[in-house]
Formats: sequence, C-alpha cells, structure tokens
Amino acid sequence: MTTEPEPVQAISQHELVEAIRSATGEVFTTMLDLSITPGEVFVEKEEAVPSSGVVSLIGLAGSWVGTGSLACSADCAVKIASALLATPYTAIDEDVLDAVAEVTNMIIGNVKTVLEGHLGAMGLSTPTVIYGRNFQTRSSGTQEWTVVSFALGEDRLCVQVCIAPNVDAHKRTTRTGFPVPHLLRT
Amino acid sequence: MLDVLIVDDSAAIRKILQRVLRQTEVPIGTVYEASDGVEALETLRRQTIGLVLSDINMPNMDGLEFLTKMRAEDVWKSIPVLMVSTEGTQAKVLEAVERGASGYVRKPFTAEQIQEKLTGLF
Repeated sequence: MTTEPEPVQAISQHELVEAIRSATGEVFTTMLDLSITPGEVFVEKEEAVPSSGVVSLIGLAGSWVGTGSLACSADCAVKIASALLATPYTAIDEDVLDAVAEVTNMIIGNVKTVLEGHLGAMGLSTPTVIYGRNFQTRSSGTQEWTVVSFALGEDRLCVQVCIAPNVDAHKRTTRTGFPVPHLLRT
Repeated sequence: MLDVLIVDDSAAIRKILQRVLRQTEVPIGTVYEASDGVEALETLRRQTIGLVLSDINMPNMDGLEFLTKMRAEDVWKSIPVLMVSTEGTQAKVLEAVERGASGYVRKPFTAEQIQEKLTGLF
C-alpha cells in the first residue's frame, strides 16, 4: 500500500498574496511607469479568467508545481503594451501579446523567487498567451487558485497562482539515481 | 563604437533594452538580437561583438548554458556579459557569476540600473 505525501502548507495564503502584490506593483511601477491599485483577493477552484480578453500562463515546476497567470481585457492588454514598449497600440497584435507575456514573466518570476525561499528551487516555463472571446481555461487536479485583482485606471486585471506539492517528484526520489519513468508509473 | 548582442526570447525585452542602451553614455554601434543561446552563438561566430546582454530562461539553450559555451572559447572569453533575468535568488546570481557573467540585473529593471552596470564594465 502506498501513501501519498500530505500536502504541506509551506507558504501561507497571506505570504503568497503579498508576493503577488509586491511583484505586480514593482513591475508596473518600474517597467511601465503605471500606477496600479491592489483590489480584492479571493480563492477559486477554477481559474478566474474573463469570458473574453487576454490570458497569459506560465508553468512552475520543482518539488512543488503549479501555474501563474495574468488575465485582463483586450483594452487593458493594449494599455500595458503601450506603456511597456513606449509605443501607442490601438488593438491586439503580436507585439501586444508579447508584451503581456513578458509582464507576466516578470511578475510570476518574482513570485517564484519568493516561493523558492519556502518551497525550494523551481523552474519557470516560457509564457503561453491566449486571446479570444468566450473561452475558459481549466487546470487538471483540484488545486485552488489564489486570485489577486488590481485596478489599472478603469480597467481590472487579475494575477493568480495555483501551487501544490509535486507528488511525482516525491515518487521519483524514492530511489536516488533511479527515477521512475513517467510512463511506467503505477 | 560597441556592437552589442541582446539575447532574450521576448521581443518586448529586446526592444526595451535597445532603447535603454541608446540612452546610456556607452557609444553603441550595431545592436544584434537573438532569441535563445543557439542563435546567440551563431551571431557571435559571424559578428565582432563587444558586449552581450542575456536572459537566463529561454527555450532551446538557456542563458547559463550559452554563457558556459561562450566562456569555453578563448576568442569570446573577454567579452563582457550582463545577465538580465527574472531569476532573483542568490544561488542563481552566484551560478551566473561562477559561469563567467560580468554583471547581473534583475527584471524588472530601470534604465539607471542598466546604465550603472555598464558604467562599471567600461
């Protein structure tokens, strides 16, 4: 009989929220020269994405795994890109999506640095950006998303992180030097 | 004039760094761009580069592997390399320095931070 490792609350909800707020505030102030106001914090089972707009997702992987993302309207994405690249944009294009991806990379990258202080070293994937209407994203598993909203003028954006212990990583380290191949796992 | 190579998988960051470089007191010539370590090594083989700015997290070949391969070649050993990355842990900074980085700037960065690092290099 195998027993799954109990999830460890190695970082508190408060610390995670503060990490998200701090990283987002620093990126917007330093790179975009825009003032952003932290708003409500909530926890969701499914990722809180708009029914239309832009969502940028980045994977986190180590002894803990998860996803960080930024979700906002198309207008908000255009505003972010215009500020970051010091170029006026009026509609979503490749530059705008790349700018949102990079802003997400910097925010989640800095959140990762805080997480690593609690949870050990992690890798960061390259961002994936989705733009469209009437879509929904879904993560497998039952993890909860910690969602922090921000006001950017009249626009609203959400930065959210979902993180959980990597059960596979625990299994793979049961025999040092003999990792269990993923496809042969029972 | 100093020819520069910017290595980052984000076109946005490459554009921002180009703009920041032009604002510094360092005389900048041609700025070449690469989106990963593989492209960066190809550019180094073709051009005479005087300064490299490189990200760490990139597909195909990351910035640390690129740095190691670059420092293994005598002809590229003395080129200053400034790492510009979201990676902010002390361990990662130390690893970059051990592999031959000349300086390290964490994203998000200000133009002044880049300027300050370049002033220290030239």
